[in-house]
Amino acid sequence: MLILECPCCGVKGEETEFHGGGEAHIKRFGPGSSEEEFHDYLFAKENPRGVHFERWRHVNGCGKWFHVARCTQTLEVFGSYSAQTTEPPQEIRDKITAKRPGWRWREFA
Amino acid sequence: MSEARSALPGARFEGIALVEEAGLQGMITLRGDLGDETFAKALREVTGTGVPGLREVVLNGEKGAAWMSPDELLVMVPHGEAGAAVAALDAGLGESHALAVDVSDARAVFDIRGAHAREVLGKLMPVDFDAGAFGPGQIRRSRMAQVPAAVWMTGEDAFRVVCFRSVGQYVFDLLKAAAAEGGEVGLYA
Repeated sequence: MLILECPCCGVKGEETEFHGGGEAHIKRFGPGSSEEEFHDYLFAKENPRGVHFERWRHVNGCGKWFHVARCTQTLEVFGSYSAQTTEPPQEIRDKITAKRPGWRWREFA
Repeated sequence: MSEARSALPGARFEGIALVEEAGLQGMITLRGDLGDETFAKALREVTGTGVPGLREVVLNGEKGAAWMSPDELLVMVPHGEAGAAVAALDAGLGESHALAVDVSDARAVFDIRGAHAREVLGKLMPVDFDAGAFGPGQIRRSRMAQVPAAVWMTGEDAFRVVCFRSVGQYVFDLLKAAAAEGGEVGLYA
């Protein structure tokens, strides 16, 4: 069971109040892109053991989307942050580094 | 015009707490920029209250406003005044990017009262209902068993629950089961 904190309404709730929305920080390749790019956008997802970034929605609460950084191995949650960003904020990265030195996830570290 | 009916007229159950359908309640979904002056002014003219802060509910007699999300409020007025209230909000909001919709008949409202009211709700929602964690003036949107619901306090040991009308019977049955005689847990005692 994950305990998540919604950065939009400040509620600290358990997992069933939220709904997972898949991998975070995916860049969309739309019209005009190559088939390769569109294929990767649709199907090439991370499946790490350890640090992972996801989108979540506070579906039974304020209804807003946000990002969560967590560990898939221990279910530890490092923090949640705004959906209006294309990369994890430094503060979250520092928190992860303090607990998982040398972590790497896609181009972020 | 046809006669308005609440979700479960007269539904009532008395166990370790009193569960009662609250009857007709005018409710308006108001979306917009909560920090905007025009928005606050339009709201004040209808409810006589200010804009509630984060997860707050402000009540003024039969009227009030509750914080639903960073860009949404639930405006409460007597049922018969909902139509006029929407018109007043629309006039007050003018050209600003905002939306007011009468949702009175889309909802069911329940009152839960009594010394064990906190326990009844605590059994159904993944929320800490300890007096130190949840008190008057706060609103909490979460789930009640399998459906979304919002809850706030209307007084000492008195709670009001709002859910979608389509699941009104389901929520009433849940509350009945949770408030069944002999169902005290003593968690918040």
